[in-house]
Amino acid sequence: MTPFVYHRPTQLADALALLRDEQARPIAGGMTLIPTLKQGLAQPAALVDLAGIDVLYGIRLADGVIEIGAMTRHYDVATSPLVIAHLPGLADLAGQIGDLQVRNRGTIGGSVANNDPAADYPAAVLALCAEVVTDRRSISADAFFTGMFETALEPGEIVTAVRFPAPRRCAYAKFANPVSGYALAGVFVGVHAEGTRVAVTGAGPCVFRASAIEAVLARDPAAASFDAALLGPDGLASDLHASAAYRAQLARVLAARAVARLT
Amino acid sequence: MSEPTSRITLEVNGRDVTADVPSRTLLVEFLRDNLGLTGTHVGCDTSQCGACTVHLDGIAIKSCTIFAVQAQDATVTTIEGLDPAADHPLQRSFQRCHALQCGFCTPGMIMAAASLLATDPTVGAAEVRGALEGNLCRCTGYQPIIAAVLEAGKELAG
Repeated sequence: MTPFVYHRPTQLADALALLRDEQARPIAGGMTLIPTLKQGLAQPAALVDLAGIDVLYGIRLADGVIEIGAMTRHYDVATSPLVIAHLPGLADLAGQIGDLQVRNRGTIGGSVANNDPAADYPAAVLALCAEVVTDRRSISADAFFTGMFETALEPGEIVTAVRFPAPRRCAYAKFANPVSGYALAGVFVGVHAEGTRVAVTGAGPCVFRASAIEAVLARDPAAASFDAALLGPDGLASDLHASAAYRAQLARVLAARAVARLT
Repeated sequence: MSEPTSRITLEVNGRDVTADVPSRTLLVEFLRDNLGLTGTHVGCDTSQCGACTVHLDGIAIKSCTIFAVQAQDATVTTIEGLDPAADHPLQRSFQRCHALQCGFCTPGMIMAAASLLATDPTVGAAEVRGALEGNLCRCTGYQPIIAAVLEAGKELAG
């Protein structure tokens, strides 16, 4: 790990000023960044710790929208009575991330900003029509996740919160890599007044919507299975953990499980 | 360029500690190398094995995946500070149940389990397994560990 200067601002404005330096990186829970630094895959000259900024914490409900501050830990999302009541699928998802110690440090903002192709949160953000709020704007989930580890965030821009409009029903189903806990495939289903959205993580280079499965659910909201033509291996990831065909099969089965689990 | 350092002040096992450390010092390195608290082990150094589990403000975290400077103003408890007489119900039940063989994972197991039992000592085996998902043991096959945590939970629940 290369040396770095450490900053712990207490005001968002101070953090943003420090992050104008191109060599500086923000650190939230550090569950991905610290292993990345250990491997030398990132070598920032400065780390700007967001942990001291009070406005980045907390879970609030207003006008049917649940807003979760970027520094809110997975453990707090998993156990929040507000999230359990209005977004049960999201609480379930947060409780399946990594392990207990990781959930005690990792944050929703960090996970969303990192956009790991096998992270859990991006599936919920996309299926729940969430808005990613930053220091300067609000970005719809459809526009936020742009590619593998890529997002619409500009240099120096940080996520401050994620806003979830309460769905009618939602659920998450995941097949975790037993070593890492990351999703080999994970499917989040959100049922909204405007229709049902199905988002798949882990299977491809970036979270995506399974539009053919959404179309089936528009006709038959309780569909119990999805045939191979609806989600094939084209464009999915193949690596030592699983082939693209296996991931496609997992995603179809998990979509059916999530539909069966909708609450 | 000289190594950037940070001054940190935190409470470790009931003792106030202040030190100047390189900013990249991991909490586990600070505990072991600066404070001599070698009961906290480094197994994988990749956040997988849980041997480095300590409590940060009362909750279980992996001290290999947090910088010491991030624990500024926090309260850290290691296996050495869990019970002044090394006589915590978990320490006794791990011995009784033969919940260790080589003992390398044991401090992390006990700290993770202590965090769980502090939340709810009446948890069942499924919750214990869930809470220890991030702690690996290559000796015991886990069954005696689950049994030990359940026994300690009963004692703590009175």
